[in-house]
Amino acid sequence: MNSILNFIAAIGAAALNALGLLGELGIFAASGLSHIFRPPFYPRQLGRSLMEIGFYSLPVVALTALFTGMVLALQSYTGFSRFNAESQIAAVVVLSVTRELGPVLAGLMVSGRAGAAMAAELGTMRVTDQVDALSTLSTEPMKYLVAPRLLAGIIALPLLVIVADILGVAGGFLVATLKLGFNPTTYLINSFSELQANDVISGLIKSAVFGFIIALMGCFNGYRSKGGAQGVGAATTSAVVSASILILALDYILTQLLFRVL
Amino acid sequence: MSIKIKIRGLRKSFGEKRVLDGVDLDVATGTAMVVIGGSGTGKSVLIKSILGLITPDSGSIEIDGEDVLKASRARAHELRSQIGMLFQNGALFDSLPVWENVAFGLLAEKKIKRGQAKDKAIEILSQVGLGADVALLSPAELSGGMQKRVALARAIASAPAIMFFDEPTTGLDPIMGAVIDGLIVDCVKRLGSTSIAITHDMASAMRIGDQAAMLYQGKVTWTGPAPDLLTSDNPVVNQFTHGRREGPIQMALRK
Repeated sequence: MNSILNFIAAIGAAALNALGLLGELGIFAASGLSHIFRPPFYPRQLGRSLMEIGFYSLPVVALTALFTGMVLALQSYTGFSRFNAESQIAAVVVLSVTRELGPVLAGLMVSGRAGAAMAAELGTMRVTDQVDALSTLSTEPMKYLVAPRLLAGIIALPLLVIVADILGVAGGFLVATLKLGFNPTTYLINSFSELQANDVISGLIKSAVFGFIIALMGCFNGYRSKGGAQGVGAATTSAVVSASILILALDYILTQLLFRVL
Repeated sequence: MSIKIKIRGLRKSFGEKRVLDGVDLDVATGTAMVVIGGSGTGKSVLIKSILGLITPDSGSIEIDGEDVLKASRARAHELRSQIGMLFQNGALFDSLPVWENVAFGLLAEKKIKRGQAKDKAIEILSQVGLGADVALLSPAELSGGMQKRVALARAIASAPAIMFFDEPTTGLDPIMGAVIDGLIVDCVKRLGSTSIAITHDMASAMRIGDQAAMLYQGKVTWTGPAPDLLTSDNPVVNQFTHGRREGPIQMALRK
């Protein structure tokens, strides 16, 4: 009997912890977002975050998109050639990349690179009293550290996804024309005849949400880290894992929503 | 002499552990108060509570006669903005050069324009014995003693009326410790500030303190002039200042 009660108590404690954490995250997100709109603003911090999240993530996102487009063209050919539907490869590549793979892969890559860096930086600042030092120097840490990163995430990821879309489609084009023998003009016509503005827009909306999630999880985990180097390491891992899971889960939810709207 | 900081019945617990259990402390204007006590006795919690970095469970903290715990958020911020803080490990911002660290508070409070900030920072650095060549370096390029000086320069930059020093000599060799203590005394005197330093370094306590208070079991168990620390017949103070194993202070040691 006791073991059953202990089991139920453990489940209850875990549920309470999870709800507490969720509430903490909600308050943190609301506070961070509200500071985006309230002065003072820190344009230097925003510029630095844009460089960190956007510019320095460009190589890894570009390479991922290029190779994904190339693989997608090859794999589509393998399947479609069985049904004599090779002409549809261009449409499959362009729609998959713009609607799905561009935002999701860019999100996962940026989460691993910039989200981890954010958690590590804020975590180190927390455990070395730098966050407290900001407070003693008339600076609100949420405003100085968190708000610029959240805004930078929302701005930078759609820009990265535009690059990822272009390179993903270019990767498919290169494989289709150089390896699979497609006519370049026909391939391009097939690509763009199927592509609609909504396909690109839905991808960009998703990427803005993913950018926010990456920055939020990086800041949240870093900001509340404790316990020295081990705590910072745990915060970094937690930031990447939670952002990646949320990106994949939100991708489904957003696809459902945008499927109805767009 | 008027009271600058008045603390009454301050209590703070972390879970089951009661760290502050009714702290009462008065710090007169212009006085250098040293709070001593063993590791984990709540010295840092005390000054973090005054700074607003930790919210106490109960009690009052008055600055210039106003209770910061009951004041509006804006007023509490205003009262606390007159406090400069030197953190134990410096807490310099890694991502900024030394001069921006020093001028950070001045820029945040818009007391100075960015164009003038570097010159002002170099001027303040000279007050802690550092040359202009240090201004462009990153904190990671400095030795421990230099980092402490830069942190001190940052703390005094806005000429605060109150200064807090958290273990100012921890991690420094005895000579550098004495140098930092000397700089602290000079800065506090020059600015006419009221200060609270927390330490368990007795040599440092004697150098920088006018008055002293001993924190033990969550309460202030003794207060008096700092020079009396070494001659006090209070058994807790006596054991602590002379570093004796036997006495009322029992360390939780596992055998």
